[in-house]
Amino acid sequence: MEFLSGHANYFVYIMLMMIGLYGMMAKKNLVKKLVGMNIFQWSLILFFVSIGAKEGGTIPIVEGAHGHGAEIVIQASHYVNPLPHVLMLTAIVVGVGTTGVALAVLLNLYKKYKTLDEDEIIGKL
Amino acid sequence: MEIIHSIRPLLAILVSLAAAILILFFGKHRNIREFWTLAAGVVKFGLVLSLLPMVLDGKAPVTEILTLADGVSLKLRVDPLGLFFALIASSLWIITSIYSIGYMRGLNEHAQTRYYFSFALCLSATIGVALSANILTFFIFYEMLTLATYPLVIHKETPEALRAGRKYLAYTLTAGVFLLAALVATYSFAGTLEFTPGGILAGTADKPTLRLLFVVFMIGIGVKAGIMPLHSWLPTAMIAPTPVSALLHAVAVVKSGVFGCLRMLWFVFGTGLLSDLGVWIWLAGFAAFTIIVGSMVALTQDNLKKRLAFSTISQLSYIVLGGALLSESAMIGSTMHLVNHAFMKITLFFCAGAIYVNAHKTKISELNGIGRRMPYTMAAFTVGAMGMAGLPPVAGFISKWYLCIGALQAEEMLFLVVLLASSVLNAAYFFPIVFRAFFRKPEPGAGEDGLPSGEASLFMVVPLCISAVVSIALFFAPNVPLHFLELAKTVVQQVLQGGQV
Amino acid sequence: MDHSQLPILVVLIPMLVSFVIPLVGIWNKKLPFYMATAAMAASLLAALGIMNQVLQQGPISYRLGGWAPPWGIEYYIDHLNAFIMTLVCFISVFICIYSRKSITQERPGKEVHFYCVLLLLFTGLIGMLVTGDMFNIYVFLEISSLSAYALIAIGDEKAHFATFKYIIIGTIGACFYLLGVGYLYMATGSLNIHDLSTLLQPLYGSKVIVVSAIFFIIGLGIKMGLFPLHTWLPGAYTHAPSAVSAYIAPLMSKVAAYVFIRVMFTVFDVSFSFENLPIMEILSWIAAVAIIFGSIVAISQSDIKMMLAYSSISQIGYIVLGVTMGNREGFIGSVLHILNHAFMKGCLFAIVGAIIYRHGTRAIERFGNLHRTMPLTSAAFAVAALSMIGLPPTAGFFSKWYLVLGAISAGKWVFVVVIMISSLLNAVYFFRVVEHVFWKPKSGGTDLPIERNEAPNSMLIPILVLAAGILALGFASHWIIEMVIGQTVPAGIL
Repeated sequence: MEFLSGHANYFVYIMLMMIGLYGMMAKKNLVKKLVGMNIFQWSLILFFVSIGAKEGGTIPIVEGAHGHGAEIVIQASHYVNPLPHVLMLTAIVVGVGTTGVALAVLLNLYKKYKTLDEDEIIGKL
Repeated sequence: MEIIHSIRPLLAILVSLAAAILILFFGKHRNIREFWTLAAGVVKFGLVLSLLPMVLDGKAPVTEILTLADGVSLKLRVDPLGLFFALIASSLWIITSIYSIGYMRGLNEHAQTRYYFSFALCLSATIGVALSANILTFFIFYEMLTLATYPLVIHKETPEALRAGRKYLAYTLTAGVFLLAALVATYSFAGTLEFTPGGILAGTADKPTLRLLFVVFMIGIGVKAGIMPLHSWLPTAMIAPTPVSALLHAVAVVKSGVFGCLRMLWFVFGTGLLSDLGVWIWLAGFAAFTIIVGSMVALTQDNLKKRLAFSTISQLSYIVLGGALLSESAMIGSTMHLVNHAFMKITLFFCAGAIYVNAHKTKISELNGIGRRMPYTMAAFTVGAMGMAGLPPVAGFISKWYLCIGALQAEEMLFLVVLLASSVLNAAYFFPIVFRAFFRKPEPGAGEDGLPSGEASLFMVVPLCISAVVSIALFFAPNVPLHFLELAKTVVQQVLQGGQV
Repeated sequence: MDHSQLPILVVLIPMLVSFVIPLVGIWNKKLPFYMATAAMAASLLAALGIMNQVLQQGPISYRLGGWAPPWGIEYYIDHLNAFIMTLVCFISVFICIYSRKSITQERPGKEVHFYCVLLLLFTGLIGMLVTGDMFNIYVFLEISSLSAYALIAIGDEKAHFATFKYIIIGTIGACFYLLGVGYLYMATGSLNIHDLSTLLQPLYGSKVIVVSAIFFIIGLGIKMGLFPLHTWLPGAYTHAPSAVSAYIAPLMSKVAAYVFIRVMFTVFDVSFSFENLPIMEILSWIAAVAIIFGSIVAISQSDIKMMLAYSSISQIGYIVLGVTMGNREGFIGSVLHILNHAFMKGCLFAIVGAIIYRHGTRAIERFGNLHRTMPLTSAAFAVAALSMIGLPPTAGFFSKWYLVLGAISAGKWVFVVVIMISSLLNAVYFFRVVEHVFWKPKSGGTDLPIERNEAPNSMLIPILVLAAGILALGFASHWIIEMVIGQTVPAGIL
């Protein structure tokens, strides 16, 4: 039980990831596939954010550090790790970009085939 | 051997490469185009000939072009065996070029520029094969030869020719892949690929591995050498124009195969290692089988060129057999048969081509009385046929003599029997043709088919007479024209000395 | 001139130019092509400068914004990435020149955006090569992938569906890569490649590291198109516009292969990749299957682009096979094959584009008479085809030589046989095309016209340059290996 609660973030991300994978593989509707892909990406973002978090940690802004920061002893454990969060900003941008391109492609597909069902499109190819 | 640096070997290769480009360039003017062919042939022969005195002096002209891998470079070295083969190929190229002109014009063939272009490329590759100093260089030219021959094989562009081309590629490229694997393995074991009299592989790996390597090598080289059961591309490729069959399938391609076989046997494995491993007997067995079966199949062929093809298959194995027997005389005989067979077989093919151009006959059963119409051609054919059967006074007798003595020296009576039996078979499939040509009456109606009655054009008759005369000259004085016998003896001495060390 | 800023310039120039192109495109439709070519040429010069520096002084480390690694992003360039960067720039310049006529014909009116996105793709590829930061690689990977999605989507009528497939699978690949990065970060707290390689040393026993290695392999395997993760590749290569196929086929999978090599041999070290787990053993078998599978499927294709795409799958197998042999020869063979294959596939796809440009067909059986109507293109095709088969003296032979040598040195005879079989299969499908191109004039009615109708010079010259490159690389291979590739072999590989 302790194992489960201690690793809750991992379980959540793995479950989300599996849901996303399932969506991408099993769904016939292309938009649903895209949604699956998004869930998959967001699960990763959650994972990254969660590994930066610490129990009892606060936002990583060191007050008064400017100028005379050397005198203040900084305990890293008091702050959440900002780096994974920053990385995820980029990852979110990438994710949005991917979704945008994918939606544009889907729009074109819909215009051409009047459907978003994978089997029907393959039939019409 | 004293090594001297010289660019002549490289020039000998490049001259026909340059000619190929010029031929392409002047494709529209057939006289200029054919002038380049002949000019390149003469220059090439001159260059090869100019190497002869050096080699007879015991020097080895070397050209190192560039490094291809650690310790292996694109390198040419003229040793007696290489020069021997280069002399054959370059001298026959001149004769064949003249003949080609007559043949191609006589039949008004299409795509003649491509024909001369590929031909020149083939010759570059053949000389490259002859003068290579290491297996990698050899392999590069060997594969080039395969590719340059392909357009010649499918020259007619009919579905049948294309099929023959596919078969040709399937066999030769597969062989190339085997050869590549074998040479990489050799490099990996021995750390060098240099052709060395006496071999480079001794003691580099355990015996089963070396035996496997030998088999892979022989599959790689045996396809072009026409060793059964790897021969079947050769009769199929007879669909090519006759000069192609003549030069490539009696001289350049198949001879590159047997030449390569001798190279691998004597200069990569070495006589000592071969008898150590006991593999020579396998190869000799396959060769003996090929000699007999090839002759027997030739008996059943009615198409003249096909019969010649099977005769080639059988005769090539003489060379392989001699190479595998490892006794001094057998090796001399084997080397001499390279040149003797080349001149005799090219005569026969030239005759077949002349008959085809002049009388449009391809089948032996249609040749009744042809000797009266084309006496010179059929006389030359008779000379070739006698040589094939090993009868004096034609060169074939000399090589067969050495081979038989070699079989005795090796104390392998079976192979002696094979050689003698094969002579009988050769006579059995060649003399009926001669008999038909001279002593049977022509079919009624023949001669009124609107075809010119006499000989083919001089372009064709002169070359075939020259090669027939040379075949006889080689019997009386094997040493005079180009020191062939002396070269062959030097080769064998080198190899045997190397093998002892 | 100050050379110290070259590592950033090589990325920055194309990126900035690509942002400017849409603005310029408002008032001039022709200029973007010249801008893109100039930007790529500038990058090529910069790459050559870097190459020169690396050859003379050894690896370069560049601190982005002056921040010291591992906190700041470091651009780290050694022989391997300098070499592949030069290659990418070189091919890019020529394919860019090549693309103008082709894209104007296939997608009239889209030139401005095409060159904008093409440059962005180029930026992504170069970025992946120069950077020494794992997350930075991810960002550039996605930049290049996103631009590739967009470029493929403007292809023929089936392109949209192929693109969508590629987006989904490609994103999974990128996510797996990111996941691998995340695990490494969790274990070490660093993203810098060289920092990681030292920090990871004591942690090789940990399951986290193993899992992250597997994530990397799957993610990069998808991006490379390694069998069985290749399913996006044939569609994407086939249905993209010809200029785009000619661009992505030689380069994208190669850069992904570079990242793979970087991760497996620099981030993780040789002892981990080969000894801790049988990863390399398994990968080499997968590669062997890829080689055979790609070749066999290629034989059955009637669409030449599809055939080339499957052949790419098999060639990726060669690259992976070489590095997994775990010896110097194999590694050299792989890196050499990255180079050679980029030239060969670039040349082949460019030739197909030229045929489509002139005759509008890519069905192999319609190629009769091609040698009459496009003689030089046909000759270039013959050269590239021979190289793909691996016949000397073309470049393809030498990479095959080293790969076979690697397999023999590793004592893995099975892979020698695999390479042998694959060359024969290559011969089967390439000679099928050669037969149609050169000697099939009698198939009745469907042949191309006989009149000489060679591709326009702006397409022909790049094709011929690449074909000449194939021959030249063959002769220069030992020199290249001595100069550069020999130095790329990671420590620990003998």
